[in-house]
Amino acid sequence: MSEVSHYSQTWSHRTSRGRLLMWVGWVALVALFVWCWQLMTENTIWAFVWDAPRQAADIGGRMMPPRLSYLPELLVPMWDTLNIATLGTIAGVIMAVPVAFLAARNTTPSARFLRPIALFIIVASRSINSLIWALLLVAIIGPGILAGIVAIALRSIGFVGKLLYEAIEETDAKQIEAIEATGASPTQVLNYGIVPQIMPAFWGISVFRWDINIRESTILGLVGAGGIGLKLQASLNVLAWPQVTVILILILLTVIVSEWVSAKVRKAII
Amino acid sequence: MTQSTYPTTWRRPPQIITDRRWRIGLQLGILVYLIAATSTVDVDWNRVSIGLERGQRFIMGFLQPDFTSRWSDIHRGLIESLTMTLTSTVVGVLISVPIGIGAARNLAPPWIYLACRAIIAVSRSLQEVIIAIFLVAMFGFGPFAGFLTLSFATIGFLAKLLADDIEEIDEAQAEAVRATGASWSQLVNYAVQPQVMPRLIGLSLYRLDINFRESAVIGIVGAGGIGATLNTAIDRYEYDSAGAILLIIIVIVMVAEYGSSYLRKFLQ
Repeated sequence: MSEVSHYSQTWSHRTSRGRLLMWVGWVALVALFVWCWQLMTENTIWAFVWDAPRQAADIGGRMMPPRLSYLPELLVPMWDTLNIATLGTIAGVIMAVPVAFLAARNTTPSARFLRPIALFIIVASRSINSLIWALLLVAIIGPGILAGIVAIALRSIGFVGKLLYEAIEETDAKQIEAIEATGASPTQVLNYGIVPQIMPAFWGISVFRWDINIRESTILGLVGAGGIGLKLQASLNVLAWPQVTVILILILLTVIVSEWVSAKVRKAII
Repeated sequence: MTQSTYPTTWRRPPQIITDRRWRIGLQLGILVYLIAATSTVDVDWNRVSIGLERGQRFIMGFLQPDFTSRWSDIHRGLIESLTMTLTSTVVGVLISVPIGIGAARNLAPPWIYLACRAIIAVSRSLQEVIIAIFLVAMFGFGPFAGFLTLSFATIGFLAKLLADDIEEIDEAQAEAVRATGASWSQLVNYAVQPQVMPRLIGLSLYRLDINFRESAVIGIVGAGGIGATLNTAIDRYEYDSAGAILLIIIVIVMVAEYGSSYLRKFLQ
């Protein structure tokens, strides 16, 4: 009897209930934002904030022109920075490989005990930034390059471990079964069934992490862990802004070159 | 008529670099670099052995964290970090959406495209900590400088991924909407937005997670948040308080990671 006699003239994507929920969600987000904003800016001195453009112009004026004669002094710290990143990556990768095999569901010897431990190592390493690792290590083993290398290595375990164990879990089970069917021992299965499958991923991840580590090692010196960051900190402390400009340009160039290298290598591998 | 003997062992052929000379050259080069690099790392083993005792104390502090004696400082740092994280993510997302649309080649004219890509490149190539140093110098100490730093970093991250995503949309849908005579804003609203929205939400949640981690770092250079508290605790050799702060950071990062991956699954 009752036919639908009237269609809505305008089309809408959601039902009215869906729209209501969306609105409630958005209003809640806005309210949360306002509340957080007020909490955050409670102690902000607004006079400093309004003064910022003048400060920016002032600092900008002091930074120009860059003091290029400072460049030769930066070569040794730059070499240190490269070493921190490279040696740190190598050490981190070496430690990450066993962790990744323990964390992957298909290779772990005991899913009950070792896997959670490996996963915790990965999470702990990933959630603490390398600068914080460096802060701790400088306090423990003293300022210098070694603290930087260890900080980079500890931070890399989580990153490399996570991506590598995901790659191990995604290996093709058929190839492993084929190797097992030949009567191979577990180490042979690992060597001929799993390793060839994850090798491209492994190199790709390592080079990617190296690229990130170059970026991070440039600032480790801020907390005393060696490299070009030390020079940056020293220049900032004496307000030598023209030197700061030179250092920033050098850091920028290094980051761009390392990104280019890593993109090239990854393209060649994958 | 005997069959020529087959080898009884088999070695896997090299996979990545197949030319033998290149392989040997590369290995030699790596060896030379490693020797050169390790020889310039001068380690004061005396200092390290003294420090190991301190390291032991730190591990003890980590195992028996002290949440109570510095709780008011930790509490303040945490509130600063969390509020900084949320506000900077919201503001960063709001700014990065127009920049992301402008940086998509299929939606924007060339000059807007170049301008937006330039903004993204600047934001991505500078480290959060370095930006924080400058913003602290301009805006004074405190979470406001941290908020600006994180917002700026969010723009580069989110706008780039959003722009790449928009460039990869299904053109057929855009053409279908265009064929109805839709204007540019209707095109964005009905053809582009539904295709990129799930990923935008996912990326925003991911960035929220990253921003919290970064907020723990930029405090070291004076931009507020839990990092400042951590820095003070380590400087005063209060390893049990530092251990407590690190545990709090790890727990919050874990909760944020699982929460955001759950939320992403729920929304998609």
